[in-house]
Amino acid sequence: MRTIRYIIQKEFRQIFRNKTMLPMIFVLPFIQLIILVNAATMDMKNINMILVDKDLSTLSRRLGDKFSQSPFFTLLKSGFSTEEAEEKMFRNTTDMILVIPDGFEQQLYREGKADLQVQVDAINGMTAGLINAYTTQVINTFTYELVSTSGGNALINHHPKNITMEYSFWYNSELKFKYYMVPGILAILLTIIGMFLASLNLVREKEMGTIEQINVTPIRKYQFIIGKLVPFWIIALFELAFGLTLGKLLFNIPIEGSLLLLFAYAALYLVAVLGMGLLISTLSQTQQQAQFLNFFVLVTFVMMSGIFTPAESMPHWAQNLNYVNPMAYFMRVIRMILLKGSGFRDILGDFVAIFIMAIAMTSLATWRYRKIA
Amino acid sequence: MKEFLGFVKKEFLHIFRDPRTLVVLFGLPVAQILIFGFVIRNEIQDVRIAILDKSKDPVSVEITARLLASGFFRLEKQLSSVSEIENIFKAGRVREVVIFEDHFAEKLQRENNADLQILADASDPNSARMIVSYTQGIVAVYLKELNRNFQMPVMIEPRVRMMYNTDLKSAFMFVPGTMALVLTLVSAMMTCLTIVREKETGTMEALLVSPLRPAQIIAGKVTPYILLSCINAIVIILLGYFIFRLPIRGSLLLLFAETILFITLALSLGIMISTMSKSQLVAMFISAFALLLPTLLLSGFIFPVENMPEILQWLCAIMPPKYFITIIRSVMLKGTGILEVWKETLVLVAMLTTFITISAIRFKVRLQ
Repeated sequence: MRTIRYIIQKEFRQIFRNKTMLPMIFVLPFIQLIILVNAATMDMKNINMILVDKDLSTLSRRLGDKFSQSPFFTLLKSGFSTEEAEEKMFRNTTDMILVIPDGFEQQLYREGKADLQVQVDAINGMTAGLINAYTTQVINTFTYELVSTSGGNALINHHPKNITMEYSFWYNSELKFKYYMVPGILAILLTIIGMFLASLNLVREKEMGTIEQINVTPIRKYQFIIGKLVPFWIIALFELAFGLTLGKLLFNIPIEGSLLLLFAYAALYLVAVLGMGLLISTLSQTQQQAQFLNFFVLVTFVMMSGIFTPAESMPHWAQNLNYVNPMAYFMRVIRMILLKGSGFRDILGDFVAIFIMAIAMTSLATWRYRKIA
Repeated sequence: MKEFLGFVKKEFLHIFRDPRTLVVLFGLPVAQILIFGFVIRNEIQDVRIAILDKSKDPVSVEITARLLASGFFRLEKQLSSVSEIENIFKAGRVREVVIFEDHFAEKLQRENNADLQILADASDPNSARMIVSYTQGIVAVYLKELNRNFQMPVMIEPRVRMMYNTDLKSAFMFVPGTMALVLTLVSAMMTCLTIVREKETGTMEALLVSPLRPAQIIAGKVTPYILLSCINAIVIILLGYFIFRLPIRGSLLLLFAETILFITLALSLGIMISTMSKSQLVAMFISAFALLLPTLLLSGFIFPVENMPEILQWLCAIMPPKYFITIIRSVMLKGTGILEVWKETLVLVAMLTTFITISAIRFKVRLQ
């Protein structure tokens, strides 16, 4: 026990002596939370559109006004030439083109049905889908108003059957994407700090040759691994507390569940992550190798964990892979506890899984660590 | 020149001697492309829902059946009381609860109106929004069939054309993005680390006293990574072309020239970071936060820049990957020429000059 305490003391000294590491540990969460949370937004704010009005009727003008009044659309320009508008899209200056064909008003009044042409720059499929949805919405409102103002009493006389659909969004009634992102970013932060510090630290000793000095001491393998783990474990947990405080102050994120439960889970999760970091470091000879492995593992885990897109919509093989992805568990648990107030019973399964992973990772790391040069 | 070639050979040996780095160097792009291509999806599929059916009549059963037959939803549980909802949401698997009121069919028949409640777990707001609108869509189709003989007096039908990407494939977004990501990682980070490593282990001094000039040392360090990055870029474009059927509409030559420009830029950025950091750990942290995160999040790779707050848009404006991604998307997927992307290219060239100048000033030939 005393041996472990000395190793821990040594590690802490090394960390605090390094002038660049300390600011990093504090500045990092700030930067991450402020920049990333604001950057990661799916809310469409501004759709640039060009209106090509070939009809030039009262109705087409009213439709154009509907679009320019909508908060989502910015009418860049109206013109008569479709080619010119398409040229603009080619040059990335507009996202959408609305073409009102010649005879639109006449056709609508005579036949009760008219076409519009909408062209969307669909390189980004996701935003294109949203633009389409917003456009349809504007056109539908326009049609509805048209019907209700121009004596379309047919609606009332005919008595169609209707199902009133009321919907409510639980746990985040305003659909704030920030509430979803902050816990996710915190999970990444914790993982980066834990994995990077742990993996690079041990490799550095290897690279510098100081590991040999430790190898010739009577320190046992498990003592060494524990001594390396504990300081980073403490720092990372501190980081979580710091990040949570920032999240509360800056974004007022909800904390519905028990913080104690969250920290208990994070503590276990960190053992798994740190164990993985140490495993990576036992597998590499240089910091460069370790770093590359780190990035590889990290980017893969983060992307698969469901930080940006729901894990449920991934293909089945990916969901199966997620059973061994510690990050997927933590990502889910931190959101459940913070946003929904889930209790211990709800996440019991996740506890068991992360416990097994923590044991597996640390034993693998201890087993792989050889006391020979 | 002979010394220089010898030096380049040494660098190559360093890289090729180590199979681990090689695997990651070439495995990374392939894995990234596959992950982004197959895993990152936004569509709704097999979402677990719970149904609270208080009436259990033909209409409510029919609507439930339609919801489940759509392929979007999967029934997790039939609830029997409102009090169960809270718990089932907290357990985390169910994303939506649909509640049919009492005497649903009867009310629909007699009063022409019945109430349906949709509760969504909005801790993931984007999915919640989609889940609700999909549910509404399915019910709306049912209603339309019910009111078959009723028609709106006027109808405007928008004919939507999705330009350049008819099937709304997400590959169109992430292949250029992944290219930027991988090139930044390989070029900037790896060079930065090799240079700092020589400093840290003290071998830099040996190099500085050799007959090689400082510029040659740097050029020698960088050459192998230029080659590796080019190979990676080609692999990514080929993967995009053959696996995700990504078109290459523009000029290959221009595409390649822009890629080389970006690789050089990333390398010069790596050199600049290396002049600023004393240890590999510091270099790593700087590259992780100056390179990795901005490339992922501040470049329009995943989240469109136009939707960000204005300050962040300014920040994005100084991120090289943003311009590179715009160029690649335009040239590759739209088929634009240099005339349309000269501005972005110019910005990249300007950044390149700045980075090289800064590194030249900061590069220390002497020991402290």
